[in-house]
Amino acid sequence: MDLSLTDEQRLLKESVERLLMDRFGFEARQRFMAEPAGWSRALWQSYAELGLLGLPFEEKHGGVGGGPVETMIVMEAFGRALALEPFLATVVLGGGLLRRGADEAMRSALIPKIARGVLLLAFAHAERQSRYDLADVATTARRDGGGYVLDGAKTLVIHGDCADKLIVSARLAGARRDRDGLGLFVIDADAAGVSRRGYRTVDGLRAAEVVLSGARVGASEILGEPGKAFPLIAQVADEAIAALAAEAVGAMAATHEMTVDYLKTRKQFGVPIGSFQVLQHRAAEMLIALEQARSMALFAAMMVEEPDPTERRRAIAAAKVQIGRSGRFVGQQAIQLHGGMGMTMEYKVGHYFKRVTAIDALFGDADHHLAELARLGGLIGAREAK
Amino acid sequence: MDLRFTPDEIAFRDEVRAFMRDALPAPIRRKMVEARRLEKDDIVTWQRILNARGWAVPHWPVAWGGTGWSPVKQYIFHEELQQAPAPDPLPFGVNMVGPVIIAFGSEAQKRRHLPRIANLDDWWCQGFSEPGAGSDLASLKTTARRDGDSYVVNGQKTWTTTAQYADWIFCLVRADPAAKKQQGISFLLIDMKTPGITVRPIQTIDGGREVNEVFFDDVRVPVENRVGEENRGWDYAKFLLGNERTGIARIGTSKARIRRLKEIAALERAGDKPLIEDERFRTKIAAVEVELKALEMTQLRVVAAARERNEPDPASSILKIKGSEIQQAVSELLLEAIGPYALPEETHDDADRWNEPPIGPEWAGPLAPHYFNWRKVSIYGGSNEIQKNIIAKAILGL
Repeated sequence: MDLSLTDEQRLLKESVERLLMDRFGFEARQRFMAEPAGWSRALWQSYAELGLLGLPFEEKHGGVGGGPVETMIVMEAFGRALALEPFLATVVLGGGLLRRGADEAMRSALIPKIARGVLLLAFAHAERQSRYDLADVATTARRDGGGYVLDGAKTLVIHGDCADKLIVSARLAGARRDRDGLGLFVIDADAAGVSRRGYRTVDGLRAAEVVLSGARVGASEILGEPGKAFPLIAQVADEAIAALAAEAVGAMAATHEMTVDYLKTRKQFGVPIGSFQVLQHRAAEMLIALEQARSMALFAAMMVEEPDPTERRRAIAAAKVQIGRSGRFVGQQAIQLHGGMGMTMEYKVGHYFKRVTAIDALFGDADHHLAELARLGGLIGAREAK
Repeated sequence: MDLRFTPDEIAFRDEVRAFMRDALPAPIRRKMVEARRLEKDDIVTWQRILNARGWAVPHWPVAWGGTGWSPVKQYIFHEELQQAPAPDPLPFGVNMVGPVIIAFGSEAQKRRHLPRIANLDDWWCQGFSEPGAGSDLASLKTTARRDGDSYVVNGQKTWTTTAQYADWIFCLVRADPAAKKQQGISFLLIDMKTPGITVRPIQTIDGGREVNEVFFDDVRVPVENRVGEENRGWDYAKFLLGNERTGIARIGTSKARIRRLKEIAALERAGDKPLIEDERFRTKIAAVEVELKALEMTQLRVVAAARERNEPDPASSILKIKGSEIQQAVSELLLEAIGPYALPEETHDDADRWNEPPIGPEWAGPLAPHYFNWRKVSIYGGSNEIQKNIIAKAILGL
């Protein structure tokens, strides 16, 4: 067992933190949000130059061959900075589906472009009725000649408004909630039959509603075996959760630091409010919640590539529960301890709160994953990660 | 970064696990599984088995019987011991006074006491708290007046766990009445057979009698039984309290208890199905398991950091708070699992002598007392509120 970072990982951490410190202050973030895409294309190129956009990919595809720990390091830094860019959508979700599901021809055509920062992806999966059930897909894919025709409506497609290509889940066979019968299709975002409506989410990021009506894709633009996409979707959703867990930890850590600083500087009754025991204890409880979350983000990173899918699911579900609960507690208490200041749009702490709130609602909230963990028999009795 | 144990660590874990399986006497294991109270003999028997294997005091220096294990192996050992589930070696000796004697005691004290602590030839108890000195320990009033080669000790200690079994007590006393609070405290080792010591049991809400009041009435203690320097006792006490890192979170214990909880919940019925299949109950268990896994990872992070630092980690306060909350949560679920059979009172004094069948299922009897008794874990060893003060000051700088 070894929980220390390698020299390369330490270097990665320092360089991404330095880049964000130099280029991504809170004022810069407000400016980037006002750009047409809602984030900074220039910063995206800097990510590419630093190798971040090739992080999980093989070197032969222009990547750096990093694993979940590298993703954790970068996502934590993004969480601390409140980054706006489509890293999760393009690299973790889109990139994850491609590197695990695409054939070599598609991988070598698309992944180098992701790594260079010239291809943006989005995963068009969730639907109005699906809530957090990954198998609940009503969108259909009908065989037609040499290809497929897609029909349906996708919702909350993260960074779907700026994506160059969408990876769309659609049903080839089976009933609406069957795990069997799903396919994943890669389609140009501006192809005929695809319409998008972009919007901002509460955390300042972007998403889109996507409607597919008779959208055509070629036979070679399907990932993996037709009808067998569910395990891939579940794997990549878990990778997204592990990444979001790290992002949430970065956001929570910054939230906690801001709050402790505020307790030391804000004076009432002639003394810093941090001298009051009731607030000291609240800050201590926030630290405990943060450290428990950090531990589970680490656990998620180490278990996300576990080959047994049930073991992986248990671990990732447990991590998402902890992240959701800790995030809610740390965020709410940070607002409370900042008093009226915490309520203002111009102060940063509220934006952290909104991001951790959004993270809880992505890929299943704490209650959803707790129920699933309970269904799977919990963690104890399960094989230990040793 | 790698969560997996190395092949060497896995081989070690298997060795410890096999030892726990083979060497722990079945009646002791049964009591531990069922959350029943242990007798003095159980603890002595088991610690001597451990000591014969060389594992009673793994964290001590090798010269005094320690094993020289890495922090990770120490962790594995504790984890396997608690999961067995086996009793911990008596903490008052091996975790508290032993390390103080090793760090600050005289050669004579080391030779006299350490081997007998390791083998549990002497049962130790802790004389810190007083009626007026709990969380504010430094306000203790027990005095030690110097008289020739002796101190004459007068005062009262309380909440003294297992004083009724004890051969020795280590005490914080005030030898210098003029000195201010923390400065006037000294650390004495006192033979419980000395005239003038009276032990009076305190019955706790679970019906048990594990804590006591200890009265000192002109008790003569040879000066050579003082540890270290006079008036430095507060430093030694802080060392002792900060030293209790390994196993403070009791993760292995909570795992063993959750396994038991799942066993019982599979036997109890809720309507037409086993309780374990009740969605609400199952979800409550899973919620505790999440917290426990997070705490286990936090513990591993502290263990990993321990390689690089030698002083107590203030993060151990997190382990204490969260570990005690989880233990209490599991004790609550065990209570809830037996439903109405939390009601019959099983008197502890003659539980083993009962010849009549138990009222309700056989597994129910110990669980209400366990729940009541376990309220102590957020109180002892520095209450959770005191731990939050420590976090606020030592980690957050508030």
